Amino acid sequence: MVIVIKNKSELPIYEQIKQQMKTQILDGTLAEDEQLPSIRQLARDLKISVITTTRVYNDLLDEGFITSITGKGYYVASRNNELLKERMLFEMEDGLQKAVENGRNAGLSDDEIAAALRKFMED
Amino acid sequence: MENILEINGLCKSYRDFSLKNVTFALPKGYIMGFVGQNGSGKTTTIRSIMNMTKFDSGSISVFGLDSVKDTIEIKQRLGVVFDSMYLAEHLTARQIEQQIRPFYTKWDSDDFFAYLKRFSLPDDRCVGDFSKGMKMKLMVTIALAHKPELLILDEPTSGLDPVARDELLDILSDYILDENRGILFSTHITADVERIADYVTILNNGSVWFTGSKDDLAESYAVVKGAESAVPDGLKGRMIGFHSYRNGFEAMIRTEDMRGLPDALICEKASIDEILVYIAKEAKNAGHTECDTL
Repeated sequence: MVIVIKNKSELPIYEQIKQQMKTQILDGTLAEDEQLPSIRQLARDLKISVITTTRVYNDLLDEGFITSITGKGYYVASRNNELLKERMLFEMEDGLQKAVENGRNAGLSDDEIAAALRKFMED
Repeated sequence: MENILEINGLCKSYRDFSLKNVTFALPKGYIMGFVGQNGSGKTTTIRSIMNMTKFDSGSISVFGLDSVKDTIEIKQRLGVVFDSMYLAEHLTARQIEQQIRPFYTKWDSDDFFAYLKRFSLPDDRCVGDFSKGMKMKLMVTIALAHKPELLILDEPTSGLDPVARDELLDILSDYILDENRGILFSTHITADVERIADYVTILNNGSVWFTGSKDDLAESYAVVKGAESAVPDGLKGRMIGFHSYRNGFEAMIRTEDMRGLPDALICEKASIDEILVYIAKEAKNAGHTECDTL
């Protein structure tokens, strides 16, 4: 897991970590069922507050990206996890919606937008 | 949540300064940054915790024990670092270790020398010849060698170069890996607090101005700037440290007051540094109005 914190970012630190972890879970850099560092270990590694890392893990738990096993720690949720699936679906729809909007704003026809999408899928 | 340190209604009067009803608590497992202007009472509070100063009223509990009655047990379980070195300058670290060791039941010589090594401190040179950063690291070494559950540091980073400061943050981050511990540290370098502290207590002129989680603090205040004429009626009085200049004004505002602000005014997140500055400006403003009415 690679986490880079920008000190001059507009985003709060917990949001930066959350987004980076999500990206790495979604693109598979963090494999399913992989064990994550403990809340305290992550705070120590990044030299940030424990409250911040606690918030990150709680949010990721709520959103279904990770799971916790009492007494053992935190793990990347497995991909057949319903919540995570739904989440990925949502992210996809969100991305598609933006793509369609951007395409229409650029004056493309719906066919052209669909063609562009198909081309991406072939790549 | 269990508190490792609790201060309730602490009052202490000196001729020209007093601590007024200082109340805050540090939950076990967390780091609290203790900030405020020079002379706001941080060191007096820390000296009270250490039973080095008698206070007039209030109570302090450390590990659930009374700071006055149980001071000896508390000191066995607590490590403290002050901003200036209290050690005999003509002794070496090795000699100092021999002097201090007998006072602590849980002193661990192996730990002591392991820390010296980790901090690249020589054990055969007079500590008077140490640089400021080396002295700080030596005092941290002494504070940690008896495996304290609570670490209190009074401006440990003042006068340190960025590398030594970073090393100290490393030490603190390592220390707090154990969730049964706690750290209270006072500092003027609020960037350190903004990074690793979980809780923040701000003292202003002997009173607690804010105590709570760092996130709450960050979400509670904003800096607002713009033209004075754009400020809605009644809001100016609620602004903190209002300061106008030729081309506009700057002030701090509670985030709950941000609703209804016109777009012409710019709001930015307030850093701890800015919060401290606006508190001081507010005090100055209040001082002026007092003078005006006289």
